[in-house]
Amino acid sequence: MTKSQKSITKEDVQYIASLSRIHLQGDEVERLTKDLEDILRYVHKLEKLDVRAVEATSHVLPLANVYREDEVRPSLAQAEVMKVAVMSHNGFLKVPKVIQ
Amino acid sequence: MNQPLGQKYETVIGLEVHLQLSTRTKIFCGCANVFGRDPNTQTCPVCLGLPGTLPVLNKMALEYALKIAMALNCQINPLIKFDRKNYYYPDLPKGYQISQYDKPVAYDGHVWMTTVDGQTRKINIKRAHLEEDAGKLIHDDRSNSSLVDYNRTGTPLVEIVSEPDLRSPQEVYDYLQALKLTLEYLHVSDCDMEKGSLRCDANVSIRGAGQKIFGTKTELKNMNSFKAVRTALEFEEKRQREVVSSGGRIIQETRLWSEEKGTTVTMRSKEEAHDYRYFPEPDLVPFDIDDALIEEVRRSIPELPRQKFERFVGEYGLSEYDARIIVADQHIAHFFEACTKLYVDTKKISNWLNGPLLQELNVRKMGFSDIKIKPEDFIAIIRKVDENVLSNLTAKETLKQVLDTGKDVAAVIRDAGLAQVSDSSALEGIVDELIREHQNVVGQIREGKASAIGFLVGQAMRKSQGKANPKMIGEIIQRKLSAKSDA
Repeated sequence: MTKSQKSITKEDVQYIASLSRIHLQGDEVERLTKDLEDILRYVHKLEKLDVRAVEATSHVLPLANVYREDEVRPSLAQAEVMKVAVMSHNGFLKVPKVIQ
Repeated sequence: MNQPLGQKYETVIGLEVHLQLSTRTKIFCGCANVFGRDPNTQTCPVCLGLPGTLPVLNKMALEYALKIAMALNCQINPLIKFDRKNYYYPDLPKGYQISQYDKPVAYDGHVWMTTVDGQTRKINIKRAHLEEDAGKLIHDDRSNSSLVDYNRTGTPLVEIVSEPDLRSPQEVYDYLQALKLTLEYLHVSDCDMEKGSLRCDANVSIRGAGQKIFGTKTELKNMNSFKAVRTALEFEEKRQREVVSSGGRIIQETRLWSEEKGTTVTMRSKEEAHDYRYFPEPDLVPFDIDDALIEEVRRSIPELPRQKFERFVGEYGLSEYDARIIVADQHIAHFFEACTKLYVDTKKISNWLNGPLLQELNVRKMGFSDIKIKPEDFIAIIRKVDENVLSNLTAKETLKQVLDTGKDVAAVIRDAGLAQVSDSSALEGIVDELIREHQNVVGQIREGKASAIGFLVGQAMRKSQGKANPKMIGEIIQRKLSAKSDA
């Protein structure tokens, strides 16, 4: 995306929707294109800030180094897992065939 | 590649090796990290990616990754973080894999390897990072469905990415051997390709000889052994050369190796063109890799194969060939070194170890870690040979029986009657028989053909099932024959 000039197209929205497995219907593509444009335009205000002195950060919490010891804890029973499966077969979750 | 094509093109290969770490638990939850259990019995809300759960890094997984990084001579990032790699596939319950993008554990390392012709080559490592494994899919043609087992989901993986420094399928094979050996010494994984704890994908391209820029690459997957990696690369290298030399173009794609067909085939996938939309994993905080942690991990790294090899050649005077065989299995190296504490002639230890003992293991299809023999027993056998109680032949038989029964050496020799016969009356009887049976040889000896004595000694060993003392037999033959000719 170029600076300050929006360039969200309908194709962008459709591509993102397909990557996200979201099925858009009717005028949703058009509406979302406009919404995303508005959002980006709003966020672009940040580009006016001078951030040269700000360190790049990936987390906002003042936390680091949170570990877990390598100790086994009980797992769920197979029957419990099958309860959250839409389809199952002999202890496996069953899904429409994926081709590899 | 001796065809004319071989000189026209150069093959360029880079490898991605995925190593499952042998921590007790998974990378971000407390589920047991075990192989071969009933499907979906080693999962919990965290590794199933259920809403509201929070992954927490297993400290041991990070320490193992740091060990690997150091053993591969890598730079270590002082600050690491995790990122989400987004894609939809049923083996990935969350719709993303937690991996590392721009702050991996390690980068810029290298591995030393020995090629088949004995040359040493340095292969550069681009990066090594931590990530979680996906689940396992079984494709069922009859019901037109796929079955999912999430036990493997969240198994800690280290992905080791090499630079495109490899130039032939054989070199890839040698690199994998060197890499695997180093990883085995670290005790961070069982490195078993058949069980999938070590997996390997290869990026292959060809370019005109002398050309600087890379050709279009294909990615090969689905090789289940080092040999399969080599064969698949040989096939792919040839395929690309044929495409290019007949005026075609290589298409960037993922190809699957088919062991049965012996070919690589285009992977058909519903997956979109790879667009992983990496972004920082908000559920995991960053990690400082400080000097204290690095020091702690460094202290836990054992002597690595390359250092051990150099020490064995220097300290024990082994040939490079012998040292390489011994170092190629840390259990053998350990056994050898225990033997050197008991017996001074290291060359003799190495001969008996690399010869008869390894032969016996090959016959039994056993690994060195499975055998029952103790260094004390092994050295006891060598000493019995020194003392002329055992011949080379009966020593091998003793070794065999010690391996089979686990009995101690003295008991085996006694119970199987393997001790060398040095009783001169018994030996004289054997020699008398031989002189009767081989009159023509006796004639040759009398005519001065000394080498013919060796034949008779050999016959005596056969008659006594290897138990006759060969030195005494030789002496008796000479005495008897000279006595007879005097008479």
